[in-house]
Amino acid sequence: MAAYIARRIGQALLVIWLAYTLVFLAVQLLPNDPVTIFLSADAAADPATIAAMKAQYGYDQPLLVQYFSQLAGLFTGDFGYSLASGQPVAERIGAVVGSTLVLASSAFVTAVLFAVLLVAAATLARHAWLKRLIINLPPLFAAVPVFWLGLVLLQVLSIQLGVMSLFPDGSFASIAVPVLVLAIHVSAPIAQVLLKSVDNVYTQPFVDVLRAKGASPSWIFFRHVLKNAAAPAMTISGITVGTLLAGSVITETVFARAGLGQVVLQAVTAQDVALVQGLVLLTATAFVVVNLAVDLLYPLLDPRILKSGTHGAPRALVA
Amino acid sequence: MSTNTSTPTLLDIRGLSITYGTGKDAVIAADHLDLELKAGQIVALVGESGSGKTTLAKAIIGLLPDSAHIAGGAVELAGENLLAHTNKQMQEVRGRRIGMVPQDPGASLDPVKTIGSQIAEVFRLHPQGHKRSKAQLRTEVIRLLELVGIDTPEQRIGQYPHELSGGLKQRVLIAIAFALEPELLIADEPTSALDVTVQLTVLEVFTKLARELGTAVIFVTHDLAVATDIADRIVVMQHGRIREDNTVREILRAPEDPYTRMLLDEATPADFRARTGERAGAPEVPAIEVVGLTKVYGHGKTRRAAVDEVSFVVRPGTTFSLVGESGSGKSTTARMVMRLLEPTAGAVKIHGQDVTNVQGAAKRDLWRSLQLVYQNPDSALDPRYSVSRIISEPLENYNIGSKAERRTRVAELLDAVNLPSRMAELRAKELSGGQRQRVAIARALALGAKTLVLDEALSALDVLTQAQILRLLEDLQVNQGLSYLFISHDLHVVERISHDVGVMRSGQLVEVGTTEQVFGNPASQYTRLLLDSNPGALLREMANN
Repeated sequence: MAAYIARRIGQALLVIWLAYTLVFLAVQLLPNDPVTIFLSADAAADPATIAAMKAQYGYDQPLLVQYFSQLAGLFTGDFGYSLASGQPVAERIGAVVGSTLVLASSAFVTAVLFAVLLVAAATLARHAWLKRLIINLPPLFAAVPVFWLGLVLLQVLSIQLGVMSLFPDGSFASIAVPVLVLAIHVSAPIAQVLLKSVDNVYTQPFVDVLRAKGASPSWIFFRHVLKNAAAPAMTISGITVGTLLAGSVITETVFARAGLGQVVLQAVTAQDVALVQGLVLLTATAFVVVNLAVDLLYPLLDPRILKSGTHGAPRALVA
Repeated sequence: MSTNTSTPTLLDIRGLSITYGTGKDAVIAADHLDLELKAGQIVALVGESGSGKTTLAKAIIGLLPDSAHIAGGAVELAGENLLAHTNKQMQEVRGRRIGMVPQDPGASLDPVKTIGSQIAEVFRLHPQGHKRSKAQLRTEVIRLLELVGIDTPEQRIGQYPHELSGGLKQRVLIAIAFALEPELLIADEPTSALDVTVQLTVLEVFTKLARELGTAVIFVTHDLAVATDIADRIVVMQHGRIREDNTVREILRAPEDPYTRMLLDEATPADFRARTGERAGAPEVPAIEVVGLTKVYGHGKTRRAAVDEVSFVVRPGTTFSLVGESGSGKSTTARMVMRLLEPTAGAVKIHGQDVTNVQGAAKRDLWRSLQLVYQNPDSALDPRYSVSRIISEPLENYNIGSKAERRTRVAELLDAVNLPSRMAELRAKELSGGQRQRVAIARALALGAKTLVLDEALSALDVLTQAQILRLLEDLQVNQGLSYLFISHDLHVVERISHDVGVMRSGQLVEVGTTEQVFGNPASQYTRLLLDSNPGALLREMANN
């Protein structure tokens, strides 16, 4: 077990380091250095100003020095300085990340619950037509864009019915509606994979043995099938982190919520490379951490993973 | 035995009809079946796949698939018609009054739950008035594990299914089935996935428990030898009908139905007939010669020899069989002979030529004279290809002949394996198992191979189909002078087809000799154990009288 955890954590750190390196290299591939790009928005930037700013933020150092000093900075929580505001990047992000985290994690939990409920309803439905109807919901959810659903709900709930304010006011609706919009979108792939996986488990002979023991359909589903079918759905849940963060940005914009969405928007419009760099690294880290959690959860679901001990066991289950 | 008239009737099936599908495509799987079972009686349902035996068994326990439709009849358990029960009522019957031992122990336990929890689950599902405490459940589970002969039950409780062997898993499933001491047990081919020696011990545990607890058993099997070993009565089924229903002794002594007679003929051990390949005289070049063949996996502490210094000779025009239980290394040997797997040491000679180190084009040349026929014809043929395309594919791969010539060759080959030429345009999925295996053999012969490696080539087939393919293989051997390396765990088939036999155990060849020597007077302890475990003691006894 300890070896398994150590290996997974090692892999996670490796991925974050690679992400940092890639982002660093990508910035070097830009036609100009970050400061020049940022100041190019002004009609005539003063060369002296450019040189001063470059010196201040360390962009005049040799590449290797920049690479390692920025890397060392990561360990102390120093992500450099936003060019637009002069504030530390960590501070800019830290100020709003909480709001996004609340939105994203609530949406994630809702999405997983929603997917499980949907699959349970489809599996335990007594009528074939009802089952078919439920099975067709996830593709529909996946097809509906987040911004469209958000705008429609805003239109109906705020403007026509007036039960929700246009701007976040701390009421239940103002948090629940954005969470719901995001959760519906994120739940679609999880539900689809879980459905498929549950169907697979039902073809296994042990389900027949459970029936022969006298177990009811819901007993079989909740106590046996769900746990057996969970691994692939968990893998997908881990991958949806990307969708979740992208969706958060859109949702925040639609519902005028403070959060990473606004920072991303500002950073990109102002061509604030240092801030973008920090945001990309944050996203990569979130992705890696969630997937690490998923990896560490696999053995709790399936004892065979630790037994086989080696690489790729969870993936073999997914396949 | 409890077949006297005073024993009450436990199960009474009258006029049971079951169809699959609806309308025009409906298939009748059970056709007005009548069956009566007394308490404590063990009845074997024997028949080929598609005979309706499994459908009947599943109907009794109420586990028919959704596509099945009960068209009429009654299934009465101690006077109650089970067909009139609601789902809820059936849940009360299942596990408590009717139990089931499934076919495939490997996949019949929930892989992510411990053995103990899966046995205790039966008591949780049927509290029967008193809820048991954790300690009480534990005691019950340990008692059951001891009952089915599992050692150190305290440790086993916390183990997961993948930590147990196939035989142990089946014992756990038997413990689950007997947990609440049901009146009736349905056992659907419970040992067909197990090795013979394991099969024997599992069957012993099972029948002993059934006799002690007075449980009636419906034992579904395709293996008449197993049926005669354990049952009081045999019911022979074909095409959804019961052909014959009689005591084991009567069926063996005087089978009334011609179909029963056919099954019996095939199940009865073959006498040692004079075989075609027995040619003395001038030393011939062996079809296959294997010297010191070894395959080692892992190194250091994990080092394990899957095949260990195996040497044997397949004489031209004869059949050499490798028998052994799963994990004995027989398939690994076959794969190394085929050069599909690199040997760690040793040499392989095909028709006198050393092919141990051939690579590339030379390896492709080897496969023109040496071909493989796999166990499962379903997965060895592309289901969407037509038969003619499957058979001519090797010709295309080796760029042999024009289109017209290939067509002629396909017709020849179909004829050689006794398939009508109209089948050439059918797709593999439209064929029966036996027909598919014929196609696989035709494909193996397409390039003119003189030697075939048959890896469990008959194991997936029914007894009668097996017999037909065996006859085909024998005919091909006589007519075309083919040599076979036959890999099998089925002693009955091996005894029938082989000239020489090699017995493998844990990677080693423990005995080699002619079929007469090995089966008549086995030299090794292990061969004797295998032969003794082979089901059909009663059949052999009857055949010898």
